[in-house]
Amino acid sequence: MNGLVGRAALLVSLPFIVLGIITIPVALRRGRRDWIPIAYGAVLANFLLVTAAALAMVVALVTHDFSVSYVAQVGSRETPLFYTIISLWGALEGSILFWGWVLSLYAVAVVWFNRERPGDLVPYSAMVLLAVSLFFAILLVGPANPFHVVFPVPPNGPGPNPLLQNHILMGIHPPLLYLGYVGMSVPFAFAVGAVLSGEAESNDWIRLTRNWTVASWGFLSAAIIAGMWWSYDVLGWGGYWAWDPVENASFLPWLTATAFLHSAMVQERRSMLRVWNLNLVVGTFALTILGTFLTRSGIISSVHAFTTGTIGYYFLTFIGLVLLTALAMVAGNSDRLSTRGRLDSAASRETIFLLNNLFLTAFMLTVLVGTLFPLVAEAIRGVKVSVGGPFFNRMSLPLIAALLFLMGVGPALPWKVASRADLREKLLPPISGAVVLLGIAILMGIRNPYGLLVFTFVGYSAAANLREYWIGVRARHVAQGEAWPTALVKLVGSNRRRYGGYIAHFGVFFVALGITASSSLRSEREATLKPGETVSVYGRTVRLKSMWGREEKQRSVVGATMELIENGNVRATLEPRMNFYPTSQEPVPTPDVHSGVFGDLYLSLVAFRPDGSTATIKAIYEPLLPWIWFGGGVVVFGAIVSGWPARRRRTAVPAIVASANPARDAA
Amino acid sequence: MNWKRATIAGAFAFPIIGLFIYGLKHDPHDIPSPLPGKPAPTFALEVFAPGQPPLGRPIGDTVRLADLKGQVVVLNFWASWCLACRDEHRTLSEVARSYADKPVHFVGSLYQDTPNAGRQWIAELGGQSYPSVQDPRTRTAIDYGLYGVPETFIIGRDGLIAHKITGPASAAAVTQIVDSLLATPAPAKGAP
Amino acid sequence: MKPTSRVLSRVLSRMLSRVLTLAAVIVVVVVGAARAQTPQVSPRAAAGDSALEARTSAVAAQLRCPVCQGLSIQDSPSELAQQMRSLVRDQLADGKSPDAVKAYFISKYGEWILLAPAPHGFNLLAYALPVLAVLGGGLAIVLAIRRWTSGTPETT
Repeated sequence: MNGLVGRAALLVSLPFIVLGIITIPVALRRGRRDWIPIAYGAVLANFLLVTAAALAMVVALVTHDFSVSYVAQVGSRETPLFYTIISLWGALEGSILFWGWVLSLYAVAVVWFNRERPGDLVPYSAMVLLAVSLFFAILLVGPANPFHVVFPVPPNGPGPNPLLQNHILMGIHPPLLYLGYVGMSVPFAFAVGAVLSGEAESNDWIRLTRNWTVASWGFLSAAIIAGMWWSYDVLGWGGYWAWDPVENASFLPWLTATAFLHSAMVQERRSMLRVWNLNLVVGTFALTILGTFLTRSGIISSVHAFTTGTIGYYFLTFIGLVLLTALAMVAGNSDRLSTRGRLDSAASRETIFLLNNLFLTAFMLTVLVGTLFPLVAEAIRGVKVSVGGPFFNRMSLPLIAALLFLMGVGPALPWKVASRADLREKLLPPISGAVVLLGIAILMGIRNPYGLLVFTFVGYSAAANLREYWIGVRARHVAQGEAWPTALVKLVGSNRRRYGGYIAHFGVFFVALGITASSSLRSEREATLKPGETVSVYGRTVRLKSMWGREEKQRSVVGATMELIENGNVRATLEPRMNFYPTSQEPVPTPDVHSGVFGDLYLSLVAFRPDGSTATIKAIYEPLLPWIWFGGGVVVFGAIVSGWPARRRRTAVPAIVASANPARDAA
Repeated sequence: MNWKRATIAGAFAFPIIGLFIYGLKHDPHDIPSPLPGKPAPTFALEVFAPGQPPLGRPIGDTVRLADLKGQVVVLNFWASWCLACRDEHRTLSEVARSYADKPVHFVGSLYQDTPNAGRQWIAELGGQSYPSVQDPRTRTAIDYGLYGVPETFIIGRDGLIAHKITGPASAAAVTQIVDSLLATPAPAKGAP
Repeated sequence: MKPTSRVLSRVLSRMLSRVLTLAAVIVVVVVGAARAQTPQVSPRAAAGDSALEARTSAVAAQLRCPVCQGLSIQDSPSELAQQMRSLVRDQLADGKSPDAVKAYFISKYGEWILLAPAPHGFNLLAYALPVLAVLGGGLAIVLAIRRWTSGTPETT
């Protein structure tokens, strides 16, 4: 029954999608705008049908309807309800279904929020989103159909991948990731829509695109941080990022989207970089599809990669089509869009944005090359090579350091031209911040050059960004007599985009400090303990109190109760565990973490005697590690401040006209 | 001008697609071992599971690769926690017995497991014809570049590794390789 | 303009002094914290063979754990990784050079065991491409800025 509903809904969505894709260009070419609602109806119908299919799948999962192939593959009667529901995105077919659903949701949102916008851009964008939906709908009725009939109906299933049913973040990270990933389709749709509707020359589409990009970027940032947190809490090695291909896949579009968010400002201000921005938007979308392909085609081996089938070729075809579209767009429009702008001075914020784009793009290229190089080496040399942490760290650290420095220089420099006095006045004071953080780094014991460099640059840039706030708040306080907190709130409110951006910068600074300190000063100790014995790491002492084991419905759990001792008293109790699933040979660890403001004590149960007489414990102390999660939260907060839609003021004034109003350009 | 840009972009993008098509035709988990054709790493490991006559060796005996010069050696890495090892267990046991009167020596090497668990497992699966040794600290397994279990190395009479089988070994594969190795004469005398 | 700049410079000087005071406070606090955190005896130093330990970690961080995904044998908690790590330590203790230890693992597992491809021959491509991209992009930016600031409103 569920299978029938799901299959039917997906099949019926196909003609609606096709109807919408055909109606829009026909209507716009013939000037029949009254046909557009038909296409928008198709967008809505697609959303409702995919929602029905997704709901049918959730019902099938929850009711253990093993006649549905996907449920038979990932379901089990023993899995707790929460993990049963989220196994919707736990394997290939379900994740494609979820992807399609998020995409259909975005399409409805784009149409709804821009329903009053005049011009052809929105209909064309809806058409593009439907075209992308068509691809996923074809996958869903073809190679990734989750609703195959299983007969005879098995009495039970194996349950989801143990790694994916072990942590609550598995309910949070994937939806965020899809919202971010799929959300990058919207800027792409706007870009194609702008070209098709002839609006690419105006800068208004860039503003619209930028707002939607901020939203997707915020989701993607949150997803990346949540993914790191999940790795940290589940994989048991005390790290959070291994440059795994799937991690890289989520990072690649983040880099180009970040570049776009900055270069979009240059286009709005100076009408420059229009072709470049088009490239960044299309590139970001292509990278999301590439990432999906890498993780779902089985082309690379990865912890998180799903199993394989013919689906890889579908993706390749689609990537080819996207690239052809992009090339046609660039080829057909680059003359028209080429920059006619000019620069007043090399010493200006524009230059910094150019450098920012250079380093972010180079960073993206580094990660892309590293991710694909094993494939290249095998195809050309016939030799398998690995490209992992040491390569990526070595190659990306100079870029990261440069970007951290620019994050301070950019906000400090004025647009157009900075005089000598400007430079002195703006660029020198933050050096005090650099000195302070360098001193702190040295006193903390960081000795590696990049660690010191990161602290120095973060100190510089944080001081520069703080100074922007300070100058603004102080000016309001002095000029308008506002109280300090009021002045701060009003300052941010007066230009949320700018000050929200600085908040995101602060978040990045926290993340950078957390990563640098925790990796430079990580201290690790492994010991086999009898109950009552202690092990110390970085001045923290933990004692093994007891070992225990318990049977749960879907797994067996063995744990060690550990006590953190401070001055002879028990400060906290930690319980690192190992979980044994019948479907997995390797146990899945659940480390336990004691977090403080200045660092994490991370305990992982590595091995134990079955009689409970000893436990081998890996104890890791990682200074400042929680700052990564905090910083991630700050980044997301910055994105919210910067991207939260303004109250609608325009009802009568068309957006294109409004954009000619310089007051609105004061970004 | 504009077509130039598009061409440049295409020249970068489409080889990548070609690369992916290549990649889709290859299994990323299949990592070739550099060992076949090289001299087999020596080992001297203690027997913990005796096997059965006529192939058996007493517990505590040391199996030395050096003593087996001139024989074909089938070295199988296994563990009691390994599910795939169950599939090949009976096969290997029977194939080993069928070569009882030939210069072929089968050895099991326990991988990251305890001798007790190993013995229990053998008993549970109905015994094994050839002896198994233990590999403390996994040194021999690392010497053989082990990724996981089961993996089976077949060493020729010349002391070179002739073949590596990843995953459960089939009777046909083992027999074919061992027969071809037996067909080549043993080297006249050991290496200098 | 004038009053604004006066306000600004006053703001600035006050701000600077405040920043410096604040910075001093932060230094004291954080240093205190860092001091408090610094263990009396570093665990590895206490082991006496901290140099060997450090060299082991340096080599182990470059070797890929065969049973994990993309983790080094330094980071991986898996049993095989730990045993490989102890083998690295023993070989270094026997006087083998780090390169010789790596060569041993390459001879057993192939180049795949290195987490970063050895920088020679074809592998140089992976190292060169990003550098070339930065240089090429940097050159393009310099040229573009020159053209854009030269005053002639020119199209690309």
